[in-house]
Amino acid sequence: MAIRITEPGLATTVQDTGRPGYYHVGIPQGGSMDQLSAELANALAGNTPAEAVLECTYIGPRFTTDTDAVIAVAGAPVDVLVNGTPREQWTRLKLVAGDEVSFGMIRAGTRYYIAVQGGIDVPMVLGSRSTYALGAMGGFEGRALKAGDALDVGTAGLERHASAADFIDESLRPSFAKEITVRVMPGLYDHRLTEEGLNTLFSATWKLTPVADRTGLRYAGPSVSWKPRVQPFGAGSDPSNIVDAGYAIGSIQIPGGKEPIVLHRDAVSGGGYAMVATVISSDMDLLARSAPGTQTTFTPVTMEEALAARDEGKTLRSRIWGSAGQ
Amino acid sequence: MTDIISPLPGIFYRKPGPDKEPYATVGDRIEAGQTVGVVEIMKQFSEVRSDVSGILETFAIEDSGAVNPGDVIATVTEG
Repeated sequence: MAIRITEPGLATTVQDTGRPGYYHVGIPQGGSMDQLSAELANALAGNTPAEAVLECTYIGPRFTTDTDAVIAVAGAPVDVLVNGTPREQWTRLKLVAGDEVSFGMIRAGTRYYIAVQGGIDVPMVLGSRSTYALGAMGGFEGRALKAGDALDVGTAGLERHASAADFIDESLRPSFAKEITVRVMPGLYDHRLTEEGLNTLFSATWKLTPVADRTGLRYAGPSVSWKPRVQPFGAGSDPSNIVDAGYAIGSIQIPGGKEPIVLHRDAVSGGGYAMVATVISSDMDLLARSAPGTQTTFTPVTMEEALAARDEGKTLRSRIWGSAGQ
Repeated sequence: MTDIISPLPGIFYRKPGPDKEPYATVGDRIEAGQTVGVVEIMKQFSEVRSDVSGILETFAIEDSGAVNPGDVIATVTEG
């Protein structure tokens, strides 16, 4: 069984839960930017959370299936069309051989996910099917999809089909708001900002610029001030520079004190900018759903609050999978 | 009047490059499928085309202006 791509969309890639464990050698964890939406699509399609899905950014693909298939679309709101007829997101869609799927204009957010029962079957690379396009590895030939590509579909999870979720209740779906509050933990280099600079970071409203992709998201807003110092040997001359250090996914750097950048799932693993705070893992999906123009505030939380948020995520996932045994 | 809509967010440019001529200017005759500008997002430039033939009446977004999905970029009087 295969999915044949007739139009690729803007940047459609194969993604899964990611490739953790190699960041220290420069390979990011990657995976679906909005992990929850991808997982919900998998739940609807009768897969496990681990199956690879298609991540569609702003403009989705047009494709046909050469056999009967079960798919689901979850994530950013968009019209789903099967042979030109509108169908629903957040539910299981049955396709027959030859059906063509296409998408309307995205209405909010950034990305929606197409899960196919059985999962997109591309080779595992370092334990994951996720596309890391910058490194030309994983996914379908290490790149975003092109017209003419044919994607194999696996057989994983097919026996679970009967227990899959038929429909995702609205209370379980993420929201795609234009104003969000993102929780961060200060550090490791927050001591390099002045008190005023730190206050600005946590009190200002930051507007997401169009410079936002799988690598990171850049925000516009006021300048933040750094403490003066004689830059140590090995650090750049700007006060936002440090001696090179490892980055964390979710860490916030503010080159030159202007336009903070939050690193996301395909980020580089190290460099010479001070990381003043780090977005908690629970809120990385929220960032991933942010469209350009989203008004964002960064609010500091403690490690205990960050861990409590992670536990809430686990509770949500147990509600999603319920009797499916996840 | 037919609106030319941006299908994606980003920065709208009327020229293919800083030193190049605009794709189209107000008053031009536009053919269906003709490019009137590009939208940049995620380091990719997507051409914005007119679905209809006619006279380009207005640009609703200035050069280097921000657009969101569904925003009107320009209007064309069919004919």
